Amino acid sequence: MRAIKRREFLSGAALAAGSVLLTSKIAFAGSDTRPRFVFIILRGALDGLTAVPPYADPNYARLRGEVAIAAPGASGGALKLDGLFGLHPSLAFLNESFTGKELIVFHAMASPYRERSHFDGQDVLENGCARAHAVQTGWINRALAALPPDRNARRGELGIALGQNVPLVMRGPAPVASWSPSHLAALDEDTLQRITDLYSTDPILSQRLADALSTQSVADEAKDAAMAADAQENPPAQLLASRAQPEVRGGAPYKEVIHATASFLKSDDGPRVAVFDAMGWDTHANEGGSQGQLAGRLAGLDAGLRTLKEDLGPVWRDTVVMVATEFGRTAAVNGTRGTDHGTAAAAFLLGGAVYGGRVIADWPGLSARALYQGRDLAPTLNMHAALKAVLADHLAVATRALDTSVFPDSAGVKPLQGLVRA
Amino acid sequence: MQATNDPALAAAIAANRFGLGARPGELARVASDARGWLAAQLVGAAPRLQGKELRDSADILSQALELRRERRQARNGGAEQNTDAATVMKVGQLYKPIYADETTARVRAALTTDRPFIERLTYFWTNHFAVSADKQAVFGLAGSFEREAIRPHVLGNFTDLLLASTRHPAMLLYLDNQTSVGANSMLARRAERHASEHRFGINENLAREILELQTLGVAGGYTQADVTSFAQVITGWSIGGQSLGHLTAGVPGQFMFRPEMHEPGGQVVLGKRYTEDGEEQGVAVLRDLARRPATANFIATKLARHFIADEPPAAAVEQLARAFRDSSGDLPTVYRALIGLKECWAQAFAKFKTPGDYIISSLRGLQIPDSYANKARISFALLGQRIFAPGSPAGWPDRSADWDGASAVMKRIEWADALGQKIGAHQDAAILAPQWLGAAMSAATHTSIARAASGSQALTLLLTAPEFMRR
Repeated sequence: MRAIKRREFLSGAALAAGSVLLTSKIAFAGSDTRPRFVFIILRGALDGLTAVPPYADPNYARLRGEVAIAAPGASGGALKLDGLFGLHPSLAFLNESFTGKELIVFHAMASPYRERSHFDGQDVLENGCARAHAVQTGWINRALAALPPDRNARRGELGIALGQNVPLVMRGPAPVASWSPSHLAALDEDTLQRITDLYSTDPILSQRLADALSTQSVADEAKDAAMAADAQENPPAQLLASRAQPEVRGGAPYKEVIHATASFLKSDDGPRVAVFDAMGWDTHANEGGSQGQLAGRLAGLDAGLRTLKEDLGPVWRDTVVMVATEFGRTAAVNGTRGTDHGTAAAAFLLGGAVYGGRVIADWPGLSARALYQGRDLAPTLNMHAALKAVLADHLAVATRALDTSVFPDSAGVKPLQGLVRA
Repeated sequence: MQATNDPALAAAIAANRFGLGARPGELARVASDARGWLAAQLVGAAPRLQGKELRDSADILSQALELRRERRQARNGGAEQNTDAATVMKVGQLYKPIYADETTARVRAALTTDRPFIERLTYFWTNHFAVSADKQAVFGLAGSFEREAIRPHVLGNFTDLLLASTRHPAMLLYLDNQTSVGANSMLARRAERHASEHRFGINENLAREILELQTLGVAGGYTQADVTSFAQVITGWSIGGQSLGHLTAGVPGQFMFRPEMHEPGGQVVLGKRYTEDGEEQGVAVLRDLARRPATANFIATKLARHFIADEPPAAAVEQLARAFRDSSGDLPTVYRALIGLKECWAQAFAKFKTPGDYIISSLRGLQIPDSYANKARISFALLGQRIFAPGSPAGWPDRSADWDGASAVMKRIEWADALGQKIGAHQDAAILAPQWLGAAMSAATHTSIARAASGSQALTLLLTAPEFMRR
């Protein structure tokens, strides 16, 4: 396996020479095996026990009452993963991915955060540290900063945030882009030039403007290329075409952002790493079971991931997508048919480059004694162990950088083995 | 940090950072007394929003409850079969024009007020006690929440603000407290006796967010046990007219304490035992929370971040916290301490405008007629800050990095250009610029506007100037 070789290499004298000598896969722009990584943040705390029900756990049905997902085979039952776990019935694409060995399901996983504030929890999920507000930068950005520059990436930007602003996970020393659909007309060149001049002594605004223009040109080219390539295909993939159609259509909440993500990642000189948010997972009341509020959200997410695979086409083969949330929810249903803030949750790693078809979990069980502080699914799998593995084996981030700058003081957290295909 | 000795610069800071952006003539009125101009705005009752179309939350909510009941009845084909579910208005249809009226009234006030400091403080507190219109239950109530729970207390005491917010149906619905029931309450026991399938219990959402986001702050020293017991304390803080089992008493749509839902007995919160009966237990906890030093520090930090800098100096925060503690949360005292801080006057344009700040200051500066107010909410949504919809109980963030992303800046420029193209030919940006930016205008901005190729380009350049992107 490629990853093992690199670790052997690293363990030798080359370590002393520093990471600049390492050849990163990401540096070989122009070859067709450049890795892509997408990180999707589910903000609001996903209920892992509904998304990935441990249907055979003897305490599951009792704790979950009316929101419990039934065992596989029953009406509205889980999609079977193994003898213990299933997927929520809304997750049809994830189920196909699992069968196709392109999905790893993590369970009882958590970041190092052990309190129950969304905002601190998201801060830790993004800052890659042991506690909230430890630093003002994110682990993805620090990982990009640890990579050798990509000669082909325009302006050296390896990362892009799909949104108007850059979330913490993507902030830091490495230049990154942000993009969101615009429904406003572009400026004429003369006015734009004058604004550029006006910003020349303002380091922040001049940087932002340059980033926006560069990203926009990648987006435009990607759109043109997609239109040309798919001219005979069904409606030209409509890449970014929705810029002209501001109305957000129902049923596919992430469609526009997914189309954009795919077009950026497919572009020859575009970014390699993309981040976006999916909101609305804070299900304190009337959460629903196989149908209802959360089921609808999961179906939207599942459809979005399917679209991402379709849009990426052959590039899917080189893609790893991590879907994670800040923490889980209480093991028991609360007094309002929902769940309150908890600790461990489920997460998904999928893509053509994922060595999938597996559930990775050290299942702690849901008995009263096993619950964390008597109420939450106990964390037994460190999210950083999975993220380090992806960054090392897929993006070829050096181990020393992972242990020190990307996830500070994390040498004791060993990367999981073999998550990504050789 | 030294305060500026230049009164003209202080005026620009007052109008732009403390106000909502200068309307032509405003800087002249501020003149040489920036602090005095702000302090004068604190005198008298806080202004209320005008508009006979604005309805009380109880009125709106009771109509929504009625609609839900009718739809349910029609679907179930009840006794009165003459109503068809399809003919009954959906709650979203009821709320949409209400949301439009509320946002219009709010923008209209922002465009015309001569007490812009009070308006900004109102937004600050609405954002502190955040409810979000992206939750349908709140969509039609967010505007009345601000009018009923925030505005009357903006120049009052923090404790009253906290109590009003916690009791407001919009907050109870947003953070799911209206159906939170004590496990040993009369309601739960009755259900047990009747072998009901539904298990009653608490929902800890509101209790947690009051501690974390509205009073002590996340580092304020509370534990999970405090969250749980505080949630028990406020069981029964609910809304009249909501049917829950056979309980439908009370005035529909109004705050109502429901004793049947309340967890009986004493509770320990933050080391203190509360033995009060019923609603008084929650009032006692909220009053104590408002007086905790951690609350003073948390509020002081947020105010300093909003009015001084993203990372405000510790000394300034401490002075605000002391004013808060020493006055037991008397807000005008805190505001006067704020405008007395030298740190507020050290540097112009220390804060990056949010999209809302940016839009309102543009429209004020251009003296856009308030008849345009009903269109402004579209601009807010386009630039990423839909009115009344921060999307989370933490409210909108308040640091530059949360707003100055490349895509966000580009959208702002495109919006400015669209406005420039539309009305720039009838405006003279060279005359407006000193009226907006005063002594804080840079030579580069002045030159750029002077050399513009057209009136519309000149206005675009003024609207996109680095000084105008900030406050």
